[in-house]
Amino acid sequence: MSPHAKKNIIPGFGLSLGLTISFISLVVLIPMLTLVFQSSALGWSGFWKTVLDPRILASFRVSFLCSFIAALINGVFGLILAWVLARYRFPGRRLIDGLIELPFALPTAVAGISLTALYSDKGWIGEPLARLGLKVAYTPVGIIVALTFITLPFVVRTVQPVLEQLDHVYEEAGRMLGASPTLIFFRVILPEIKPALLTGFALAFARALGEYGSVVFIAGNMPFKTEIAPLMIMIKLEQFNYGEATAVALVMLGASFVIMFIINSIQARSAGFV
Amino acid sequence: MNSGKYAMNAETSKWIPRILILISFLFILLMLVTPLTVIMTEAFRAGLKSYWRAVSDPYALKALQLTLLAATTAVVLNTAFGLTAAWAITRFSFKGKGLITTLIDIPFAVSPIIAGLIFILTFGRLSWLHPFLSAHDLKVVFAAPGIVIVTLFVTFPFVAREIIPVLEARGTDEEQAAALMGAGLFAIFRRITFPHIRWALLYSVILCAARAIGEFGAVSVVSGHLRGKTNTLPLHVEILYNEYQFNAAFAVSSLLAFAAIGILTARNIVEFTAKKEEEGHVR
Repeated sequence: MSPHAKKNIIPGFGLSLGLTISFISLVVLIPMLTLVFQSSALGWSGFWKTVLDPRILASFRVSFLCSFIAALINGVFGLILAWVLARYRFPGRRLIDGLIELPFALPTAVAGISLTALYSDKGWIGEPLARLGLKVAYTPVGIIVALTFITLPFVVRTVQPVLEQLDHVYEEAGRMLGASPTLIFFRVILPEIKPALLTGFALAFARALGEYGSVVFIAGNMPFKTEIAPLMIMIKLEQFNYGEATAVALVMLGASFVIMFIINSIQARSAGFV
Repeated sequence: MNSGKYAMNAETSKWIPRILILISFLFILLMLVTPLTVIMTEAFRAGLKSYWRAVSDPYALKALQLTLLAATTAVVLNTAFGLTAAWAITRFSFKGKGLITTLIDIPFAVSPIIAGLIFILTFGRLSWLHPFLSAHDLKVVFAAPGIVIVTLFVTFPFVAREIIPVLEARGTDEEQAAALMGAGLFAIFRRITFPHIRWALLYSVILCAARAIGEFGAVSVVSGHLRGKTNTLPLHVEILYNEYQFNAAFAVSSLLAFAAIGILTARNIVEFTAKKEEEGHVR
């Protein structure tokens, strides 16, 4: 901006900023501060005792592991989907494109019971898999299935616009020089879409970590095996054990903020290079 | 040698699209189409009569009412907030803008369960507001107001996040010119700003409504599961399911699935129309 920035004459500064700040304070800031304030009631030792409890630790492991695998699955298939939607024209393309956001539009509880019905021992997919010896519902695999469903749109929708705007010139240059499609993909295309791919992956991972509705039905919720961290908060709340619920929540919040920070720095870095 | 290799490349590259398209179709079929189909077949398995009984059940209707109340409130208030926040953030420069945008984003980073917990702590028994609330006989947590507030929280960023980049990209020249010619705030907004953002606004309202209708974790925490009193449709589905009334659970689910399909269709129409209009402008 120039040192002699012209005076802004658009009206409504005080009104809009005042309303914005009041809204944010009421809906976000005061409640968040209450959480921080209330968490101090438990104290350091109480915090660590809760967070390092074996059952809670197991739930963190299940949450992080299943979320990571689900985000990875969507990283691969989301990339394929984004590529196909951005580059090819084929019958049914608009239908696939329109369906991608279904996991955002369908209530998570509905997704949960439907996936449970599908993957249980009597379900359309669960039965043949069970005969092969693979149980899906009520195991960590079921959690991964639910989380993959819920986070399916993220990678597709972050990578697709980048692919659509990518100039074909470099690929053609690569092809003229005799590079194989694989080489072109890894050396020309992948570097261009890497920031978007990582952002999509991180968004999917963050969303999966916090997901509750779709998972509780298919997980079976067995202690140490298929309990996720958000469920532990729920259990503590049902016992009116607000302090311990807050302690678990703080760990999850910390993880979310780290992921958000990583996403922001990925985007800032890729913006800097353009 | 070299030309042979090139020919082989052309041969493989003809197959790659087909394989990738096939993978895409199979993945979408497995992950999205089958779950949707299961809801519909399970919902109508016991026949139309029991389907109708499940969806016209008084508890279901009560839950539908609360769902609509929460969704409408969230959409109206978040639209008002999104527009004012976008106006303040994109039309003026001031200190602390980064902090405000970060605060707007927080609800996206917070797990729905934690969102519910936050409002239990803010309005529940342990809260500093509790003496005031109980003195005036106001119930927030474990009651309908709590559900509305928590729905407002989880959908808070939707409109603002969608409008801010659009206004940012447009710059402030047109508004500056209008203000210079003496137009007031509402005239500028209605005649200059609004026409540019209406599609983005409609798009964000659709997404906001979808999330508000479907929210489960956060409302589950603050509802306290009082049947008929503080149930939304997704919570009603859970109760039916846990009572082994599977057909009824899927019948009510099918209503939500129909709503989801409607939302997706509306979203696609809005996107398509906006794109077409934009192309018209360029031409």
